[in-house]
Amino acid sequence: MTNPLTLETPDAELVCLAKAGDLDAFEALTNRYEQRVYGLAIRMLRQEQDAEDVTQQTFLSVLENLEGFRGEASFSTWVLRIASHAALKIIRKRKGLNTVSLEEATEPPDDFNSIPHPEFIADWRQSPEHLVERNEVRRLLDEALTRLDEKHRLVFILRDVEGLSIQETAAALDVSEGNVKVRLLRARLQLREDLTRVLGDPARQMIPSHHHHE
Amino acid sequence: MKCEELLAMLNEYVDGTVDPAVCEEFEKHMAGCNPCQVVVDNIRQTITLYKDGQPYSMPVQFRERMRDALRKKWKEKFPAK
Repeated sequence: MTNPLTLETPDAELVCLAKAGDLDAFEALTNRYEQRVYGLAIRMLRQEQDAEDVTQQTFLSVLENLEGFRGEASFSTWVLRIASHAALKIIRKRKGLNTVSLEEATEPPDDFNSIPHPEFIADWRQSPEHLVERNEVRRLLDEALTRLDEKHRLVFILRDVEGLSIQETAAALDVSEGNVKVRLLRARLQLREDLTRVLGDPARQMIPSHHHHE
Repeated sequence: MKCEELLAMLNEYVDGTVDPAVCEEFEKHMAGCNPCQVVVDNIRQTITLYKDGQPYSMPVQFRERMRDALRKKWKEKFPAK
């Protein structure tokens, strides 16, 4: 039996076909998500070999656990969830730890009071549209990401690079939505700070006024 | 609204999920506070840079190696097909 698989065939349909033993459907799913999984892995790990390991492990695990996927979450969220945990496992291993728990360093969800205030405030010299084209900007972006704590980095990648919602990010990482929000805010603020120190126009630097402004 | 309160609502504002009444206060604050206005601009630009940045591409040889590994595992899982 041949199935006319196209780029428009929904994930859920491909999943059903794959569960029934259709290799083409499974490979179509792999093709659809391998670049995103690899992108997440390389941004998390910054090391090609490790990123390849995470990518391959992710899809082997998808194949192994396909029957267990009941479609409560979207397939893409499920895949990114597996990839996230695989990447964290490598990071923990690098640090000499064996646990994969994301909750171990949990901030209280309402802990917005300790959010660091912006310090270097200045308009950027160029628009993002111009900056995106430059190769050294990519290195700058990667370096800034690497300086984030991994749990902040992962939330930022899932939410702002991969475009998952707050709810999907929380589900992918087994943390509360409140936690995702705090981590995302910290990540965005720290990246803004780092990038503005390089991309900001010193001539137009402003003094933060948060201590006295109403 | 104070700068600290604006900071706490930053995600919701930038993502467009903020309550309309809060949104109005947020914008009133920004109109009178240049640093906050610039921080919000910077945050938006930061997100755009990462979102629209050049994607990473998987090495071609790895792609083939992975496909072979997956097919091998597939055969174990569905020996009849």
